[in-house]
Amino acid sequence: MITINNLSFAYKKQKPLFNELSLNERTGQIIGLLGKNGAGKTTLLQLISGLLTPKSGQIDINGLNPINHAPVLLEQIYFVPEEFIMPSVKMHSYVNGYASFYPRFDKALFNELIKQFELDENKNLSKMSHGQKKKFRIAFALASKCQLIVLDEPTNGLDIPSKAIFRQMVAGALEDDQTVIISTHQVKDVETLIDKILLIDNGQIIFDESIINLSERYNFKIVSHLPEHTLYSELNPMGYKVLTPSDGETSEVDIELLFNAINDGVKFNNEKPNHE
Amino acid sequence: MMEFKSNKGIFQQIADSICERILLGELAPEDKVQSVRQLASQLGVNQNTIMRTFLELQHSNIVENRRGIGYFVTKDAPDTIREMRKEEFTKDILPGFLQQVKLLRITKTELEPLFNQLKENEDENK
Repeated sequence: MITINNLSFAYKKQKPLFNELSLNERTGQIIGLLGKNGAGKTTLLQLISGLLTPKSGQIDINGLNPINHAPVLLEQIYFVPEEFIMPSVKMHSYVNGYASFYPRFDKALFNELIKQFELDENKNLSKMSHGQKKKFRIAFALASKCQLIVLDEPTNGLDIPSKAIFRQMVAGALEDDQTVIISTHQVKDVETLIDKILLIDNGQIIFDESIINLSERYNFKIVSHLPEHTLYSELNPMGYKVLTPSDGETSEVDIELLFNAINDGVKFNNEKPNHE
Repeated sequence: MMEFKSNKGIFQQIADSICERILLGELAPEDKVQSVRQLASQLGVNQNTIMRTFLELQHSNIVENRRGIGYFVTKDAPDTIREMRKEEFTKDILPGFLQQVKLLRITKTELEPLFNQLKENEDENK
């Protein structure tokens, strides 16, 4: 369980990034964290992981404050940053050293994952390409079996086949007590993977909704003529991409269209339409 | 195998593909369906979505949950699916088909050889 109450944060000599931000997330979900450049996605992930200290407000991960760096909490959080430097050691020695910090680390799973990503355990980590390093860190994160896995732009730098493998791995490797937060601009890469969307803008969570609710309440489709109850539309070679209230059928959620609609000021009510 | 690009919700698309496999006989009544985890990892789709698929199929009596073992195709699943699909066909597919026929000015005579193929279906149903 992740609870954030009235979180405020500002970098030195800059205007506040978060102002009284609050959030409550239950365990066992894959959360997609979206927001424009500079909205504070990475900062929020670092605050949740205990890498930054809030100016005011509380963060609570499974009952503990990450800023206290209690080992019992740290061994349950794994953070994969967007950019990082790896030490000049072979992969297997890194794993032998660092896996011991994570009591639930599953070596068999790790071996399976690096096989799927076509990584070589005997290779020096600092000599790998950016994409390979990223795949290694993702495999390590999943094998750690941590209760909270935080992935900052995980598909950046991955080649095309690896993106599907990434989705399969995350979808298949998780236990009920694990929560994953993925921040990304590459919404297509995670569209089928995430349970819910969190959108930050102007220091606040401005949108918080499950994919299933969205797929039941709205229609995302391509049409030749604008329908009557269009909430938002974009031109498309076939006509229009439109967002409308649901007509009773479920719809595959087009996150890009949703994001643009929210940015355009479309209001989403949380009422379920009556057509059961 | 028919090809389709559906715009339905993901859990619905997966339910449709399981139904398709049942109609094709790839999954027979009493067969065990893959587990939530297996399907999630195969499709790269989140486990809660797959759970939702199974709840939906269970609700329509297409699969049943045998506690602790998994989901199994029900005895009547193929008939149940056919009934459901027929409704969908008349409601969603037929109007589009008829509209195309009209737009392209296709005549009954042109369609006849195509409909004759359906005779095999009738023989099967006997």
